[in-house]
Amino acid sequence: MSATLLEVTGLTCRFAGVTAVADLSFQVKAGEIKAVIGPNGAGKSTLFNMIAGVTRPSEGAIFLDGARIDPLPTFERARRGIARTFQNLQIFREMTVLENVMVGRHLVGRATTLTAMLRTPAVRAEERTMAEAGMALLERFGLAGRAHQPAGALSFGQMKVLELARALAGAPRLLLLDEPAAGLPHAEADRMAQTIRGLNRDGMSVLLVEHNMRMVMSLSHDILVLNNGRRIAEGSADEVRSHPEVLSAYLGEEVEDA
Amino acid sequence: MATFDVHPAEMQSAAPARRLSQHGRLVLVWLVLATAPFLLPNAYWVSLANLALINLILIASLNLLMGYGGQISLAHAGFFGLGAYASGILNVKYGISPWMGLPAAALVAGLGALLIGIPALRLRGHYLAMATLGWNAILVVFFTQLVDLTGGPNGLLGVAPFSLFGHALDTEMKIFPLVWAVAFLVMLAILHLLRSRVGRAVRAVATNELGAEAVGIDSFRTKLVVFVLSAAMAGVAGSLYVHVNQYASPETFGIAPSIMLLVMVAIGGAGTFFGPVLGAIVYTAVPQVLLDYEDAELMLFGLGMLVVLILFPGGLAGIPAAIARALRRKAS
Repeated sequence: MSATLLEVTGLTCRFAGVTAVADLSFQVKAGEIKAVIGPNGAGKSTLFNMIAGVTRPSEGAIFLDGARIDPLPTFERARRGIARTFQNLQIFREMTVLENVMVGRHLVGRATTLTAMLRTPAVRAEERTMAEAGMALLERFGLAGRAHQPAGALSFGQMKVLELARALAGAPRLLLLDEPAAGLPHAEADRMAQTIRGLNRDGMSVLLVEHNMRMVMSLSHDILVLNNGRRIAEGSADEVRSHPEVLSAYLGEEVEDA
Repeated sequence: MATFDVHPAEMQSAAPARRLSQHGRLVLVWLVLATAPFLLPNAYWVSLANLALINLILIASLNLLMGYGGQISLAHAGFFGLGAYASGILNVKYGISPWMGLPAAALVAGLGALLIGIPALRLRGHYLAMATLGWNAILVVFFTQLVDLTGGPNGLLGVAPFSLFGHALDTEMKIFPLVWAVAFLVMLAILHLLRSRVGRAVRAVATNELGAEAVGIDSFRTKLVVFVLSAAMAGVAGSLYVHVNQYASPETFGIAPSIMLLVMVAIGGAGTFFGPVLGAIVYTAVPQVLLDYEDAELMLFGLGMLVVLILFPGGLAGIPAAIARALRRKAS
């Protein structure tokens, strides 16, 4: 059995009387793909934002590799190895595609304001290796041809891929994916699923929030189903699919086309 | 929050070298500038060249903060003043050499920025602009009221010029090489910074704070660093200014020049590397050209700025691209 990478205990989030997430506990094991699904308003995004550090939990705790991370700001969590993508894309549109990935390697770099201004030999070398590593990533994701164009000129699907590449550039331990298939046509969504599966085969641990049931069912080792901020089921695709509460929560619609 | 556009074409750091690199262009421009003292007709023109180079340091450092960092500061002339008075007072009151005053000016201006930056940079957009505006107003009160130190409204008199091996750099011709070299080093430092992980972080925070935080960038710290650095560069300009003119008075460092500097960043082209060169030329030359119009001077200046910014929202540096776009449209 592999070790626990992320652990969430008793996590609760209330907004002005509404309880978005209620007393939720679960784990993500190292090397697994875990998906969180649920109908609209189930609390998936709130949960995701609490793990990423955008929303403060009202109660409960989040641990990464045994260390408590819920009091930390977003950038500190990134430093500890949590990378994320965004449902509604947060790329640096005015920067080039390559620069976007190089920003993703921010944590790998060592240049300080002073050494950067002096452009010491170490900074020069760092710039070269960063650009090379960035290009290698872009090649892997099929964006090398667009490396020097502004990221804002990419198609929506390419931006989603770029955001994934940027998240990976910092060599994270846990990848949080916020609806990676949302807005993508079938073929591109399938390719995205393949990409995620490939990353996981190379050892990446993934926590995924997704509406696309096809993707969730085909990818995930473990699925957590939320409804009204509470866990109603957790288990493999088959277990979740036949769970009566899940069926009633979805009114039997979406799960069927999986 | 980023009110000023960042122009990607100017900053393709690892782009294939189609033409001259940004470094190459910078060196070329500075070699051309080196001929200025020999080509300009008289010392008055050389004094304008010196002033333009000092203005360039101011506008380029403000462009780093605004054009690339997306922060609005209306205290830049105040930091310029902090540097000028720091270097000038150290020299007049304590006999400290301008060569020591120069780094001291950067330090004092940087500290002045740190002091206001820590509370103010938690604010965004217009609120940050107002907070920095207030800070500049407070600084002017200090410059005017601390008469024993600053000379008050009469100005700080008797500031020594830079000297080299006991030889005073006390004419416009003699001081030009120093101003020229310092301005070059500031431009080079900005270029180097932009081409590094620090510069990319600065631009990333300006374009998308959420995305920047997600990759591990501390956006507050990044903003503070660029704010302090920008002010320190203004302090360097202040030190040059006070020892070149051997004089400083409060109105040079007031809110009006702060606003003008901000406008010059936009006129030159915010977020473009060479835009500030154009901004500095306009800022230095236009008042000379309009000298004959006396009262109408400011109005004509304002009108001209409006025309430029309406026709070319990307500033003067954006004109070639704007013309190319217009030609393409006509062709298609």
